[in-house]
Amino acid sequence: MKPARFRYLRPETLEEALAMLAEWGDDAAVLAGGQSLVPMLNLRMAQPAVLIDVNRIAGLDRIEIIGERLHVGARARHAEVLRSATVARAAPLLALALGNVAHEAVRNRGTFGGSLALADPAAEIPAVTVCLDGAILARSSTGERRIPAASFFEGVYTTALRPEELLVGVDFAPLGPDFRFCFREVSRRHGDFALAAIAFAGRIEAGRVGECRVVFAGVEESPRRLAAVEAALAGAAVSDEQAWRAAGDGLGAVLDPIEGAEYPAAYRLLLARNLLLETRRQLEEEAAR
Amino acid sequence: MTVDEETLTITCTVNGEAVRDVVPVRRSLVDWVRHDLGLTGSHVGCEHGVCGACHVQVDGRVVRGCLMLAVQADGARVETVEGATRSGRVAVLQDCFFERAALQCGFCTPGILLQAAELLEHTPAPDRAEIRAALSGNICRCTGYQAIVEAVEEAAGRLRA
Amino acid sequence: MTSAPETTAPIGMIRTDTPAIGRSMPRAETRRLLAGRGRYVDDGAPRGCLHAAFLRSPFAHARFTIADTSTAAGLSGVVAVLTAADLAPVCRPWQCRSGAFPGLVSPVQRALADGRVAFQGEPVAMVVAESRARAEDALDLIAVDWEELPAVASLAAALSAEALTHPELADNVAWRTEFGSADFDAVFAGADFVVEERFAFERKTGVSLEPRGVLAEFDPAEGLLDVRISHQMPHQLQLHIAEQLDLPIGRVRVACGDVGGGFGIKMHVYPDELATCAAAKLLGRPVKFVADRIEALATDIHAREHQVDARMAVDGEGRILGFDIHDVQGLGAYSVFPRSSTTEAMSVLRAMGGPYRFEAYRARLECLLQNKSLTGQYRSVGHPIACAVTERLVDLAAARRGEDPLAFRRRNLLPVEAMPWTNPAGGRMFELSHHACLDAMIGLVDLDAKREEVRAGRAAGRLLGLGFASFVEFTATGSQAYGAAGVKVAAGDTVVASLEPSGSVRAQASASEIGQGVRQALAQVLADGVGLDPSNVRVETGDTRTAPHGGGAWASRGAAIAGEAAWRAGRRLRGEILAAVAALVQAKPADLDIRAGEVVEVATGTPRMTLADLADLVLFRSHELPAGVRPQFTVAEQYHRDDDPFLPTNGIQAAMVEIDRATGFVRLLGHWVVEDCGRIINPLLVDEQIRGGVVQGIGEALYEACRYDAAGQFTSGTLADYLVPMAGDLPEIAIGHVETPYSGSSVGAKGAGEAGTCGAPAAILNAVNDALAPHGASLAALPIKPVSVLRALGDLGAGEAP
Ligand SMILES: Cc1cc2nc3c(=O)[nH]c(=O)nc-3n(C[C@H](O)[C@H](O)[C@H](O)COP(=O)(O)OP(=O)(O)OC[C@H]3O[C@@H](n4cnc5c(N)ncnc54)[C@H](O)[C@@H]3O)c2cc1C
Ligand code: FES
Ligand code: FES
Repeated sequence: MKPARFRYLRPETLEEALAMLAEWGDDAAVLAGGQSLVPMLNLRMAQPAVLIDVNRIAGLDRIEIIGERLHVGARARHAEVLRSATVARAAPLLALALGNVAHEAVRNRGTFGGSLALADPAAEIPAVTVCLDGAILARSSTGERRIPAASFFEGVYTTALRPEELLVGVDFAPLGPDFRFCFREVSRRHGDFALAAIAFAGRIEAGRVGECRVVFAGVEESPRRLAAVEAALAGAAVSDEQAWRAAGDGLGAVLDPIEGAEYPAAYRLLLARNLLLETRRQLEEEAAR
Repeated sequence: MTVDEETLTITCTVNGEAVRDVVPVRRSLVDWVRHDLGLTGSHVGCEHGVCGACHVQVDGRVVRGCLMLAVQADGARVETVEGATRSGRVAVLQDCFFERAALQCGFCTPGILLQAAELLEHTPAPDRAEIRAALSGNICRCTGYQAIVEAVEEAAGRLRA
Repeated sequence: MTSAPETTAPIGMIRTDTPAIGRSMPRAETRRLLAGRGRYVDDGAPRGCLHAAFLRSPFAHARFTIADTSTAAGLSGVVAVLTAADLAPVCRPWQCRSGAFPGLVSPVQRALADGRVAFQGEPVAMVVAESRARAEDALDLIAVDWEELPAVASLAAALSAEALTHPELADNVAWRTEFGSADFDAVFAGADFVVEERFAFERKTGVSLEPRGVLAEFDPAEGLLDVRISHQMPHQLQLHIAEQLDLPIGRVRVACGDVGGGFGIKMHVYPDELATCAAAKLLGRPVKFVADRIEALATDIHAREHQVDARMAVDGEGRILGFDIHDVQGLGAYSVFPRSSTTEAMSVLRAMGGPYRFEAYRARLECLLQNKSLTGQYRSVGHPIACAVTERLVDLAAARRGEDPLAFRRRNLLPVEAMPWTNPAGGRMFELSHHACLDAMIGLVDLDAKREEVRAGRAAGRLLGLGFASFVEFTATGSQAYGAAGVKVAAGDTVVASLEPSGSVRAQASASEIGQGVRQALAQVLADGVGLDPSNVRVETGDTRTAPHGGGAWASRGAAIAGEAAWRAGRRLRGEILAAVAALVQAKPADLDIRAGEVVEVATGTPRMTLADLADLVLFRSHELPAGVRPQFTVAEQYHRDDDPFLPTNGIQAAMVEIDRATGFVRLLGHWVVEDCGRIINPLLVDEQIRGGVVQGIGEALYEACRYDAAGQFTSGTLADYLVPMAGDLPEIAIGHVETPYSGSSVGAKGAGEAGTCGAPAAILNAVNDALAPHGASLAALPIKPVSVLRALGDLGAGEAP
């Protein structure tokens, strides 16, 4: 179980990396944290001709507030995002989600951008990025695109990223101080990928949900905001279990869950519904405090 | 060495010693320290990131040695269980693992020691649930994990004393 | 706790003051492992060592021809590409046969498949190259023409015989048997009621963290094959390598360094390991093969694929009358060599009803061939299945009577006064302590409090359950099992002990260390046998060049068999020492004792001579010895039992679970074990050994499964698919003991290594069913899957059975 041969390129600057990507395109794989790519290399499920290791490029791991917006660099390690005081203040949902990602040693290497570029349906980071309406910054030698998270994920392990593009970071616009966040996950064992997870962000005013966002991970092939559910919840009281149940019951019409032998679609749907109800309970408990 | 194998010359420190070596670019960090440097305390249990037997420390953080290429350690400070044995936290953990018999075959042990040392670095007084969570990425197939949890708990106490 | 029955010690009674036996002591050698200085197979390689990789069948069943190997062979760094034809001259084919299974159908196997593969992962060709990576590069360049054949995967497919595992056979039956008591029908007809259930057990595997690995070196000048391997029984393997490679046994050395876990995985003859030895002989260069995790999961022996239809008859007073069991076992493409996969099923049949008194028994068994990986003797062989079946039936019967399941057990458990007894399943029961264990368990669990917790929790809407499982585990198997069947497996063990110059003792033992701590246990026994501190005893194992032939590590035998040999060797050495010192100081041996490495007067404790001084005298200045004093400071003892084919051990486990109705997950809130493994040599080691066994049982109950699709494609190929229990998901496990020493030996130890695995799945299954019962639901399949739980509760539509 050793990787097939590849050429190893190690750009020191962003410009170099982009030039390499322009040259190699589809034949290259970007090596970020390697926590998903290297297993695939070891298993020879991935056999890229060239690896472009972006770990030496200065500044790609920055976590900072630029203007109003939180910027998370593509190479920010999971462990850094999890511990970042800036993230905790500006986008607490990220930290809540990151606590569910893998194990310490994996978080020490795995990167924010790598998780987005991978687009595993069961990954937490894509779901929260969609939930927070992040703008994904894709850079190529010809320029930069800001891709709204809503249109970034195109399917299982497929994204809007072009072969010559490097994901350099994500920008998050601030949500108001009256927003509440919730992230809950069902995974088989501690640190496993999600069988289902919910990311919730919502304005709560006088015990009622205002504007809100609901995204699942692990349920469908790609994370997306569920407008119908968000609409159903808007205006509902946190204490109104009936309304939330109704929204949960509506999920069947909205979701197209992943089918599988061990975890059939109906099961994931059930998990999604129960996660929504748990979200309500958590909001209620938090309000009571 | 075979002819058509791409290599790179790297320099780094391993357990405090400067090392310079010509490394095939596809060699994993754990294979390199084991087979080229003879530091066989880090083990290979899965090569896909699940078991934690391959843990090494790179620039002070524990990583999966099977998921990092050796060439990525160029310029880094690498520490394996052999080196860590001389230092404070790991030495205390080793004493406690010994006394509590928190190992059987020992294949998982070096990886767990490094992970536990990292836990105690940032959480000096972990409760048992925190210890279990911190070790949730390390497979031990022999013990019931309980002796390990108790040994880490004991080590935390001794380090605080 | 019960007291020990009187021991009738053949060689000297155990002294009441055994300072080391029974003492919790750390294992001296773990210092080395903790420092990262273990020596596992892959930790070393001689100069010029080559690395092997195998081309394995991607199909469950296919014919093939290897069209081209020249491209692969031409790759830089590749030394050889070998196929069946290349290995045939150096490695004989083999076939599993056993007198215990007359008529067993298991075709011939080869180190590399010849024209047809019968399971996915079967080795087809081998590349030997300068590095493993390079060998793998070459695998991609071997051209093979495959012709896929219909494959047999599920038990139903195997039974239907629409497809055949091996085309030359008439059906897929490897072996079948049927036996029972004469009055079976009458007893069942007279029952007050009969409970029944169909159980399904999925395949699982051992997942030793260190995968299998071998390093073989052949010296053509000496004709000597030197094999370093991660294995549980070097001597057994030495014999098979010699036979298959046509070498005199004395020309094969098998040495095991540190072994990173075994659990029954590392006790068979594997094609890839033999191929590596054959390649080393063929090429005259050292060759190393270390299975990667993908190879390990796919081709290490699997185990426990059974479908069991079981019934239990009960009389009007709630007494168990008998069991009726029909077991269908999926044993894989071949019956594993040399021990035979059918052994597992026979173990199920023998262990049924183990803890209880009953009159009648009927067992029917079909062992089926399938185009899947081979199965074999994984930890607690067969027992967990028998235990889960028996204990679930017991709970069903108690429920039917509206009775407390522990009250039902208490009435039916085999009492001390009814033993010895051979039960209708053929299990010989003696020196067991079921009721004492039951009482101890109730205390350990604090049962009233837990039951109150369950009651209160249920009232609040939680799905809580408590489950129990009494068990009997047959350990320390004697030669009646394999030897009598013509299978060359050593059931005895030998210890050779010497007094060394410093007054310390060094011993060679035929037992194997695989992490269970047998060297420490033997050191403690030897220490007491002689009369010195265990730190002055060094036990070596694992190398056929130095260790005498013997059993190795299987069936929890280390303490019971090698331990007894160690005791006897220690006593012999002690006798020699005392006789010598008595002659030197003009005393009677009976008036002397050895304490803490010093010969003293029994009565006063006055020191007469240290072992160091004695060794000095005898080893270096023997001319000073009085005439006629010729002490033998190297002694050997071989021990095997003639009378009892197995040493039964017993115990009871309890589990408390909560079902999360939102997910179908089973969460373990607590797990308790009280067991009786006879004399405990080192409680510190035994307790965690049992916990480790419980955790593997938890895996069996909740997580682990080797799955195949209908075409025989293995779908549990990585540790992200095959889930083993991890620290974050496990409860605390409390252990208690009852000690009933084996009266047939001096030490009195029985096996302890498998008890945890034996009873845990049953206790958890019963706990889950206890939690489901108020909701009218039940389950009878392991592992317990979240989806099955929700379906049982009616929370999720039936759909296709996953
Ligand atoms: C045991 C284990 C458990 C895990 N559990 C979880 C879990 O619970 N949840 C979870 O979300 N993840 C989990 N992961 C995966 C982990 O989070 C990965 O780190 C992450 O998914 C990928 O990030 P990476 O930086 O390691 O990317 P890499 O592995 O380096 O790359 C992944 C893919 O993204 C591409 N890529 C990476 N960076 C860029 C970039 N900047 N621009 C363009 N393309 C890029 C690569 O070419 C590759 O195709 C687990 C991993 C392991 C080993
Ligand atoms: S070998 Fe690296 S995690 Fe298992
Ligand atoms: S001690 Fe063997 S795997 Fe942990």
